[in-house]
Amino acid sequence: MSELINSSLRDLSAALAARRVSAVELATLFLDRIDRLNPGLNAFIALDRDKTLAQARAADESLKVGGGATALTGIPLAHKDIFCTRGWRTSCGSKMLENFVSPYDAHVVEKLAAAGMVTLGKLNMDEFAMGSSNETSHFGPVKNPWDVSCVPGGSSGGSAAAIAARLTPAATGTDTGGSIRQPAALCGLTGLKPTYGAVSRYGMIAFASSLDQAGPMAKSAEDCALLLNAMAGFDPRDSTSLERPAEDYARDLEQPLAGLRIGLPKEFFGDGMDPDVRAAVEAALGEYHRLGATTVEVQLPNSGLSVPAYYVIAPAEASSNLSRFDGVRYGYRAPEYADLTEMYSRSRAQGFGAEVKRRILIGTYVLSHGYYDAYYLQAQKIRRLIAADFVEAFKNCDVIMGPTSPSVAFAFGAKSADPVQMYLSDIYTISTNLAGLPGMSLPCGFGSNAMPVGLQIIGNWFGEAKMLTVAHQYQKATDWHTRMPEALK
Amino acid sequence: MSLTLEDVARIALLSRIELSAAERASTRDQLNGILGFIEQLQAVDTTGIEPMAHAVDVVQRLRPDTVTETDRRAEFQAVAPETEAGLYLVPRVVE
Amino acid sequence: MTRNVQWEVVIGLEPHAQLQTKSKIFSGSSIAFGAEPNVQANAVDIALPGVLPVLNREAVVCAIKFGLAVGATIAPRSVFARKNYFYPDLPKGYQISQFEVPVVSGGGLNIRIGSGDTATEKFVRLTRAHLEEDAGKSLHEDFHGRTGIDLNRAGTPLLEIVTEPDMCSSAEAVAYAKALHALVQWIGICDGNMQEGSFRCDANVSVRRPGEPLGTRREIKNLNSFRFMQQAIDFEVQWQINEIEEGRAIRQATVLFDPATGETRSMRSKEDAHDYRYFPDPDLLPLEIRQDWIAEVRSGLPELPQAMQQRFATEFGLSSYDAAMLTATRATAKFFEEAVAATGKGAGSAKLCANWIMGELAARLNKADMPIEASPVSAAQLAGIIRRIADNTISSKIAKDVFEVLWAGDGKDADAVIEARGWKQITDTGAIEALVDEVLAANQKSVEEFRAGKEKAFNALVGQAMKATRGKANPQQVTDLLKQKLGG
Repeated sequence: MSELINSSLRDLSAALAARRVSAVELATLFLDRIDRLNPGLNAFIALDRDKTLAQARAADESLKVGGGATALTGIPLAHKDIFCTRGWRTSCGSKMLENFVSPYDAHVVEKLAAAGMVTLGKLNMDEFAMGSSNETSHFGPVKNPWDVSCVPGGSSGGSAAAIAARLTPAATGTDTGGSIRQPAALCGLTGLKPTYGAVSRYGMIAFASSLDQAGPMAKSAEDCALLLNAMAGFDPRDSTSLERPAEDYARDLEQPLAGLRIGLPKEFFGDGMDPDVRAAVEAALGEYHRLGATTVEVQLPNSGLSVPAYYVIAPAEASSNLSRFDGVRYGYRAPEYADLTEMYSRSRAQGFGAEVKRRILIGTYVLSHGYYDAYYLQAQKIRRLIAADFVEAFKNCDVIMGPTSPSVAFAFGAKSADPVQMYLSDIYTISTNLAGLPGMSLPCGFGSNAMPVGLQIIGNWFGEAKMLTVAHQYQKATDWHTRMPEALK
Repeated sequence: MSLTLEDVARIALLSRIELSAAERASTRDQLNGILGFIEQLQAVDTTGIEPMAHAVDVVQRLRPDTVTETDRRAEFQAVAPETEAGLYLVPRVVE
Repeated sequence: MTRNVQWEVVIGLEPHAQLQTKSKIFSGSSIAFGAEPNVQANAVDIALPGVLPVLNREAVVCAIKFGLAVGATIAPRSVFARKNYFYPDLPKGYQISQFEVPVVSGGGLNIRIGSGDTATEKFVRLTRAHLEEDAGKSLHEDFHGRTGIDLNRAGTPLLEIVTEPDMCSSAEAVAYAKALHALVQWIGICDGNMQEGSFRCDANVSVRRPGEPLGTRREIKNLNSFRFMQQAIDFEVQWQINEIEEGRAIRQATVLFDPATGETRSMRSKEDAHDYRYFPDPDLLPLEIRQDWIAEVRSGLPELPQAMQQRFATEFGLSSYDAAMLTATRATAKFFEEAVAATGKGAGSAKLCANWIMGELAARLNKADMPIEASPVSAAQLAGIIRRIADNTISSKIAKDVFEVLWAGDGKDADAVIEARGWKQITDTGAIEALVDEVLAANQKSVEEFRAGKEKAFNALVGQAMKATRGKANPQQVTDLLKQKLGG
């Protein structure tokens, strides 16, 4: 049975349907593995065996009856702790919400539970999703299963580490500037950030509302497609959720790639990328040529401005989004204060970590009187230029490819002293968030120190199915996505 | 443009984040580092460019005017730091 | 205000009208008044992590109605923005409002200052009206020295209606506020209940010497009665004048009016430097209002008071004052129109209806503290009375008696009352003549006095004759006959 830790979601689904394994057995398999391995990884920050097994028993019931079961019924998954989960502590990686038990479910949580999936627990993350290394979590850093002296990436680092260590077959993540794709790359996984508006943000604790998007993280593109089928769809509770007909994201997975035009932005292949990453990405492009695709150079002339534009827009929105954490209705309240202002200022000073405070302060500043036009409005204009570049580029190609991250996973502390160096970890991923485009990362080899390298695919707006096909065909021809850390086998 | 300690104090008050004197100095340096990085945006000519506030170019969807919520006060106040008689309590507010 | 010759007062108003929707502007919570604390404060209203706003269509309809009613421009695309500040009754730490592109801009309202023939008219220009959410309430009564927060009101839809600084006295400000208060009720977007805070005003007040640039303004917050508005502005104006005359500059401030002392005082909580950091709310996409939607709302709007006033003047020959009085509320106008229709076309019948509604009926309703909708005498019943005055069946005096009987509920209509009580006017000349003869015979003294030149004696004779008929004779007829018999 232990071989099931490496199984695809389709195989797990078949095993459950055939009653070769029960949902309770499957959940127990992973829970036991979490008990054994999580202390060394710190990926899970909330576990509740009773709740998990109750959900698994319910899944077994519906599998027995048959009628209510879906392709995902009985399959375990875990949620990034940014998703409100009724009855579960939902901390967003922050001391501010250390004692917050959510009274409601996020849309994504609701939909995956409705599909019959079983929640194993909640996953560690950078505090309020602000970070690229998982070092900003109040609950301590997550370790990269490929090398525990290295970061797993962030902010969905707990999700990535848990899947890489086979503590869960799948997880949810969120991506504001690369928070699904970068940890997927650094942990050797497949992760997808959908088009903005494809997945409801309801119940997902907001970092930067115009950029945040939830998506699946798993071992393969096919798994991601199945998960996205359950996660996506219109939600009237989110004004930015798009009313589009339901889509089967797995529908084209078996389409061959002959004739596929891959756009290669020259800006993504410049000096910023480490040589080992370049080698792996170029080898992957070679594989795509063998699969019948052609490559074409495209231009994203403003993509160099994406990181600075992002570090105006995201903190601005965050400074406002995080104002609700004031110690009045829920969350941390400082024990001592003289008056109302001090209650606010101390609760927030003590409840938030350094990076979150830094971003709130920057965001407050760029929105403040006299600076709004120069920073915020200017960044919004540059955002349009960046989006317009993509419109042009997609006139000549079907997908865009490049590295996900300029380097493989780095050591703890390597970038934490200099915020700007850390921000540049997301240099290749941020522009898609600004434009609202879908993007994904899939493993394409190993770089220095035998650490995984991620290939990024950027799709056109609503091009998730195309992207997934492009990734799946590559994964049929390669086995990078099946590798797991030797030490954890 | 470089922030002074007074600027940092003003931003911190607006943000309701208490900073000690020592934190104020280190915060100033970090924020100036970040502002120096985002400064490059100023060099771009954006004349005539419409600011982009949303990632999608669609308009507001509207909700029908119906009451869909019921009383869940007890559940919501179970996670509140301090309540009494159904009210959230805070230090006295002077208007 | 004795020194007003030397000072010009400049007032702009910012009333907030609570919109008459069922649910909140961005959530499905009820906005009913008077619920237990926080039972109408749901996930979105208390700003739980992860919740999102979704705009109530009806709130937008209210804004469109208002824009149409004041001849304003309705923005084809408007934007919701966040106004950021910390306050315990503001759960998100920002208020969703509109800043750069409001839903309604321009337009204005004609107001009438004073009453009767001395009234003057003025057009007050509107700057804008925008949609926003209300905050909760802070209760300062003692919870061990702490403040209690009730968020039931948080998220209630408001239309903030901002005027140009067009008013130059408290009387004008009150006249405008009253006209606006009447209008929002007329078009059915606000219940106008000032005690419950459904309609409350902020007033920006400044003074200057004629010819000088605008003075620094102070904003009086949350005036919830017209009387307080008048008192607060008068106090504030005098205070500002005194300050300047004593050499102190006015500093921009937000002040509260204390009805107990009649004074305004600066709000401590607003002393912090304001920096609201407005920016477009990323959770809410642009609000699009297409022409066909505006047309649909327009077709559902009632006739507006100003149009109705003009129609009353031309159609019924009413004075502009009467027309204004009869259009004070939609119910009054409806009552009038029903009464006129039931009376039937006839010279002066509309004028009679107007006089009765503004006179006898208004007085009785006022005394009973009743709205016209609850009048025990219906428009049809009043019309029945007026018909019988017009055709000389009863005198005006008897008509008042008939009205009293109907008010008390003792009769189904005027004709039934007149019949049952035998109040029909005597119009038979022969019968009146016989009565007059009797009166003359019985009052020889008065006849002699009249002949001796005492005019008063004639009135006494008319009175005697009317008394003899128990009011049922036509007074004009009696007068004519007496004059004739006395050789006049």
